[in-house]
Amino acid sequence: MHPIKKMDKSKYLPCSRSRGENMSILDQRFAQIQEQLHKKELTVTDLVDASYNRISEVDGNIGSFLHLNEEGARKRAGELDELLGTDKATGSLFGLPAGIKDNISTKGIRTTCASKILDNFKPLYNATVMDKLEQTNIINIGKLNMDEFAMGSSNENSGYKPVRNPWDIERVPGGSSGGSAATVAAGEVLFSLGSDTGGSIREPAAFCGIVGLKPTYGRVSRFGLVAFASSLDQIGPLTRSVEDNAHVLQAIAGHDRMDSTSAGVDVPNYSEALTGDVKGLKIAVPKEYITEGVEPEVRNRIREALNVLEKQGATVEEVSLPHTKYAVATYYLLASSEASANLSRFDGIRYGERIEDDSLIETYMKTRSHYFGDEVKRRIMLGTFALSSGYYDALYKKAQKVRTLIKQDFDEVFLKYDVVIGPTTPTPAFKIGDKIEDPLTMYMNDILTIPVNLAGVPAISVPCGLADGLPVGLQIIGNHFDEAMVYKVAHAFEQSTDHHKLKPEL
Amino acid sequence: MSFETVIGLEVHVELKTKSKIFCGCSTEFGAPPNTHTCPICLGHPGVLPVLNKQAVDYAMRAAIALNCDVAKETKFDRKNYFYPDSPKAYQISQFDQPIGENGYIDIEVNGEKKRIGITRIHMEEDAGKLTHADGEHHSLVDFNRVGTPLVEIVSEPDLRSPEEAYAYLEKLKAIMQYTEVSDCKMEEGSLRCDANISIRPAGQEAFGTKTELKNLNSFMNVQKGIAFEEVRQEKELLSGGKILQETRRWDADNKKTILMRIKEGSDDYRYFPEPDLVNLYIEDEWKERVRSEIPELPDERQKRYVKELELPEYDAQVLTQQKAMSDFFEEGLTHGAPAKLLSNWMMGEVSAYLNANGKEIGDVPMTAEGLAKMIALIEDGTISSKIAKKVFKELIEKGGDPQTIVKEKGLVQITDEGAIRDMVNDVLDNNDQSIADYKDGKEKAIGFLVGQVMKASRGKANPQMVNTLLVDEIKKR
Amino acid sequence: MERITKAQIKHVAHLARLEFSDDEVERFSEQLDSIINYAEQLNELDTTNVAPTSHVFDVRNVLREDEVKPSLSQEEALKNAPDQKDGQVKIPSVFEK
Repeated sequence: MHPIKKMDKSKYLPCSRSRGENMSILDQRFAQIQEQLHKKELTVTDLVDASYNRISEVDGNIGSFLHLNEEGARKRAGELDELLGTDKATGSLFGLPAGIKDNISTKGIRTTCASKILDNFKPLYNATVMDKLEQTNIINIGKLNMDEFAMGSSNENSGYKPVRNPWDIERVPGGSSGGSAATVAAGEVLFSLGSDTGGSIREPAAFCGIVGLKPTYGRVSRFGLVAFASSLDQIGPLTRSVEDNAHVLQAIAGHDRMDSTSAGVDVPNYSEALTGDVKGLKIAVPKEYITEGVEPEVRNRIREALNVLEKQGATVEEVSLPHTKYAVATYYLLASSEASANLSRFDGIRYGERIEDDSLIETYMKTRSHYFGDEVKRRIMLGTFALSSGYYDALYKKAQKVRTLIKQDFDEVFLKYDVVIGPTTPTPAFKIGDKIEDPLTMYMNDILTIPVNLAGVPAISVPCGLADGLPVGLQIIGNHFDEAMVYKVAHAFEQSTDHHKLKPEL
Repeated sequence: MSFETVIGLEVHVELKTKSKIFCGCSTEFGAPPNTHTCPICLGHPGVLPVLNKQAVDYAMRAAIALNCDVAKETKFDRKNYFYPDSPKAYQISQFDQPIGENGYIDIEVNGEKKRIGITRIHMEEDAGKLTHADGEHHSLVDFNRVGTPLVEIVSEPDLRSPEEAYAYLEKLKAIMQYTEVSDCKMEEGSLRCDANISIRPAGQEAFGTKTELKNLNSFMNVQKGIAFEEVRQEKELLSGGKILQETRRWDADNKKTILMRIKEGSDDYRYFPEPDLVNLYIEDEWKERVRSEIPELPDERQKRYVKELELPEYDAQVLTQQKAMSDFFEEGLTHGAPAKLLSNWMMGEVSAYLNANGKEIGDVPMTAEGLAKMIALIEDGTISSKIAKKVFKELIEKGGDPQTIVKEKGLVQITDEGAIRDMVNDVLDNNDQSIADYKDGKEKAIGFLVGQVMKASRGKANPQMVNTLLVDEIKKR
Repeated sequence: MERITKAQIKHVAHLARLEFSDDEVERFSEQLDSIINYAEQLNELDTTNVAPTSHVFDVRNVLREDEVKPSLSQEEALKNAPDQKDGQVKIPSVFEK
């Protein structure tokens, strides 16, 4: 475990973009890498070396990682290399270096949720997704930076350090899975896991120009994901390509008896959906997703993307999701209410940090007030207020009812359409510090991703070009448990454009 | 001015599942501290609860046995409060859709029957155990008990006296034991009771301000605590004072209630539906399966004793009060003991011994078979009722086979006519005055003579034969 | 909805076991107030006959069998505890002095 060196501001380099020059092994797709591994042209140790080299080269500027698992990763790489060339070298993600968002429980490896209150916390158990990934023989490179307890849209709320956007280090990478997106965009790992409660995978994926999927609620086990808002949280993959993304989801999806809310719905073979054929598919574009509030350049990219799909034989029609404008308010009330209870366990009694005082109540107050960051405290306050006596019906329960209406909006559209498409975010990545003083403006940034979590449907963000030199994300939303359709459309779009080949120069 | 007391009881009962309500840790009592815990019950980051089916079955069984309407749809909610014995700082409980509502229990006090309403019964998880050493500025927490399934049973404010509260608890405990959902051991905390008490002037309909009474660690203390509290409240009101909504603690050593805290409004627990657990839908089929698994309840058993065993109402009621006693009685019957004789022994000598020694029937080495065999020895004349008391003492203290006890202690009744006649004559030879009295018509004198013969035989002579032979021998003199 | 008062902020902070300086109380009440004001737009919607959504899917009756699984050792259970004594978690006294 290494502490990451503090960022040296004098080292900031102006970033430019390139089209595929200086290919590193970590710029390749899973299939190519695995082929080389199995042909013994490459070892897992080579991959791990490449990963840590890249991290020491660029992560000082980016800040993706909170803690590295270098010793463990190298040991595991050695073990896997022993298997190469034998029939034991199996696992769909064999040997692939991955980063894990720091709110996913990793046995014996620090898991802090980027909060000082869990500064030295080492979990006693693995999240279900970690067990599943380990079965496929991945390499856990380390734990990724994030907004504290996944609360934020810019990664400025990390209790340790902000993450910077590899395309422009003066800009945010998005949040809360900012580390997960930045590390993949910067070519430090081949894929990462993030979590998405209101857009926390898709928004950073869009800002960093990569592919990020939020699965259907219940598709991936939440056991071991440190809860922010239990009825909205989902773990999902961030990758450089749609195909790779599908491979990771394949590995982590499925029913888990440890999570009562995980769905007993069969997991299809996602690769089979990647046919490139969207002929006859019906695409709905909600007018609420392309309003004035969305930057013109972003709207242009979306229109171009829709043209691409239309040319391939899909039909595009405008629809309405009339309750979209209520989503942000609904979300902040519900998510904060759940969070206020979920974060009560961080009380300095059984684990984590404690500031001890003579009295118990002072110990609680001092511990929680000192170690939680401002955004976390703000949401705990909002949630506690929304649930408190006299406000429950007007705030919490009202929001639960509006959630029903928002879900019904989607149900209705999916009766007639295969996917819903719009931008992932109203703007490309904004500057660090631009919105941090004004929580409400920051919250509005999530208006296009939040309705998806409220409805529980799956959605992906795929790169669809640049606006003023910054990546723009195309959001493709599918019906419940129809990640296959989402992937199909995303893949067809990706394969007929070169946007995914863009990468930041660091 | 006379007052009426109004009492409502909140009883927590631990369900006797093998594992905890939301994780696989054992619920066994008495393990070393913090050895029955896991990340789930310790509330570690990222864990999720999964509901124990048996806990739901037991809760439903209790609801049915308490004559409640079982919910068709029920759910769990989070009850938020910070306390070190609650690892998540919220308790998973049930708020607005409890598993059972609108039930009742029938009780009897001083021969009067009364129906006490049950407002609701709901499921929840137990908390850990806090200990505080005297004079220390710290407390210690053992999380073994955290997550043990509980039902909370809330009564209507239908109870009007400490005696009724006592009878309600006895009956409730019996039902929980008969249904086999809990062992209800107050000393191990598997049954706990809080009481809400208020008084109002006789005839007034509105309730007075209530106080909540805690730390009631036995049924007797519930009764005493309530009795103290009704007097305290009455004195307070009569002296022009006011009752405050407060929580008070029963101090059993000093026999009084002590103020713990004054409640400011109601506590704000910020209940909301538990997002980590899905709703429960209780189909008729499920409910009927649970209903069919409920063993015979005390009221049913009581009726059967009267109807089939022809026991007096009183016997039937006393015998069925405690499941263990009643089960012991039934087992005695299977070993051939006549119902009424067995009942007499159970309600007489057995109960007296248990009460005197503060024991339960399960604590003594005597088996139901042993008691039944002893009764058989009385019936066939092997031992006298008087000797039986000696045999019983041995039996209940040390256990074993009554026949062996009788043999080893030489307690077999003397029925040999010649031997008894010799003893009779020995006694008559030394009691001329008694013979004279008897002949003068003082029938009582015979009693004295019987006593002398029994004494000489050390209680072993057959008393009927002694009587007959005495009369016979006196006539000869 | 009325403006959120500083007293309310303090009350809610207490429920959440948080303490704030006067400056923070000032700032938080302003921020929460604007968020709550924004949330008031939900009142535009008539939700009289709308059922609340707690779970996005109607999954029912997820239950496990009553089986005992291995627990942690005492040492493991206390591993992350800030303070411990005699196999138990040590905390400041729950009784006020």
